[in-house]
Amino acid sequence: MSEHQHHIKLPEGSIEKQTTTLNLGPTHPATHGVFQNILELDGERIVSAEQTVGYIHRAFEKLAERRPLYQITPITDRLNYCSSPINNMGWHMTCEKLLNIQTPKRVDYLRIIIMELARISDHLICNSIVGVDSGAYTGFLYVMQYRELIYEIYEEVCGARLTTNIGRIGGFERNFSNTAFEKLEKFIAEFPKVWKEFENLFTRNRIFVDRLQNTGGISAERALNYGFTGPNLRAAGVDYDVRIHTPYSSYQDFNFIVPIGKTGDNYDRFLVRCQEVWESLSLIKQAYNKVQEFKGTEAEVYHANAPEYYLPLKKDVYTKMEQLIWHFKIVMGETEIPKGEVYFSVEGANGELGYYLISDGGRTPYRLHFRRPSFIYYQAYSELTKGSMLSDAIITMSSLNLIAGELDA
Amino acid sequence: MSLTNDKIKEKLVEKFGESVARFEENYGLLTFEAPKELNLKILQFLYDDAELKFKFMTDLCAVHYPDNINNELAVVYHLHNLEDNIRLRFKVYTSVQQPDVYTATQLFSAANWMERETYDFYGVNFVGHPNLKRILNVDEMDYFPLRKEYPLEDQTRIDKDDEMFGRGGTIV
Repeated sequence: MSEHQHHIKLPEGSIEKQTTTLNLGPTHPATHGVFQNILELDGERIVSAEQTVGYIHRAFEKLAERRPLYQITPITDRLNYCSSPINNMGWHMTCEKLLNIQTPKRVDYLRIIIMELARISDHLICNSIVGVDSGAYTGFLYVMQYRELIYEIYEEVCGARLTTNIGRIGGFERNFSNTAFEKLEKFIAEFPKVWKEFENLFTRNRIFVDRLQNTGGISAERALNYGFTGPNLRAAGVDYDVRIHTPYSSYQDFNFIVPIGKTGDNYDRFLVRCQEVWESLSLIKQAYNKVQEFKGTEAEVYHANAPEYYLPLKKDVYTKMEQLIWHFKIVMGETEIPKGEVYFSVEGANGELGYYLISDGGRTPYRLHFRRPSFIYYQAYSELTKGSMLSDAIITMSSLNLIAGELDA
Repeated sequence: MSLTNDKIKEKLVEKFGESVARFEENYGLLTFEAPKELNLKILQFLYDDAELKFKFMTDLCAVHYPDNINNELAVVYHLHNLEDNIRLRFKVYTSVQQPDVYTATQLFSAANWMERETYDFYGVNFVGHPNLKRILNVDEMDYFPLRKEYPLEDQTRIDKDDEMFGRGGTIV
């Protein structure tokens, strides 16, 4: 469809303008997060869009240059805050790569449980928000109750819900309690029915399908050129998944499918996310089964044996000499940090989340760069929306799963 | 899966001779450097070559080394060959007085904002970039904040009431 197909023919000498400039954002009620788009509209059709970003820039990369490694974790929380645990774990694993720490299998599996829960909670939001933007509010309110179950599990593991700061370099700060596992079992038991129902509400819904199909599409070739990763790239038909290509945290021990789409449009992105939720659920079940196989002292393992980097338990710091020494050394920056450059990436909920860490041997990074997937793929937004209707552009923005915190770092 | 770090290195040396240098394998990732004038030629070669196929730009950023006189700024490219699933890291250095580096936007659309970000924080001037302006910081900013000459607030400063900032303050 040509972009000027519905162009209004103004009479000769008319004082009306052909196009209208619309400032969509930065705090527009239809966009979820702080985004500004300067749209050039011809009627309701978008002639051009220019994104302006940076409204919540917090200089994370600069801050990180003054913080010891373990204090950077809370910064990563605030990137993609819909799935903070993935960011936290990604950061821990980056440090572990630099410091050559081998984590025990049980830690890896526990991490997978948490990371996949985070992926589910992220996809829940993204897909249900796509529903909200196309006029179906019910799904959103319905699945939010089940995100609550996920947040309760986080709470049980680390005490926090949204910005989790979960785990430590080397593992977790404490073992999972029985309550955590009970809550996990509850989630595993209750959630499939809910997600099935959510899918029933949407995937074959005529109105929904009509709104999403053939809008905001991108070809595989363009998506790759734009540096798309995650569900957005897979919806365009490229089966790139960091969990498969560069397995971390023992993902190689698991069986799961990487769902792909074909057209890269809003509908395919929605379907890919729906399917990924099922895969994540399967991963959680597999990981939980594996965790249950550890018996006796093995079931007590929740961190790597790396006393020079893993912060000891506070109660041990008060009562045991060795733990006190390590605590002091870690906090005062007396432990040896190797020199080197590390690039490590995880499959974040919206794409490849990378950490480029340069260490000069000091207690803080010399340089830390975050490869933030939504920053990279948001540049395609003007290409994706050119010629489309304004209301479709809103859905496109939601279905890209843009998270302002990550975008602006 | 036949592409290895050694093979990439061999092909690069064959094509560019001694211009590509300082090959390293930091944690298994092939890293090398080249003169900044060659950056586009190398990226294009890595992209076009039938065996190398580095068609995915994972990341682009800069690093500031103030003590590295005349080569203060490093521009670091992370590329990924998705078919053979192999990554590499490629660096060029430029002086801070004349930080001109050719843009990679013709080759990778992804480079557009990443170069703007790099310009925004380090002042690297990407020659040929279609829209090289600040992206995350305010347009009026007149310095490049991630350079090392701009430290975060000095924790020892005493002109503020430190007690309010949890730093203890001066003990009387």
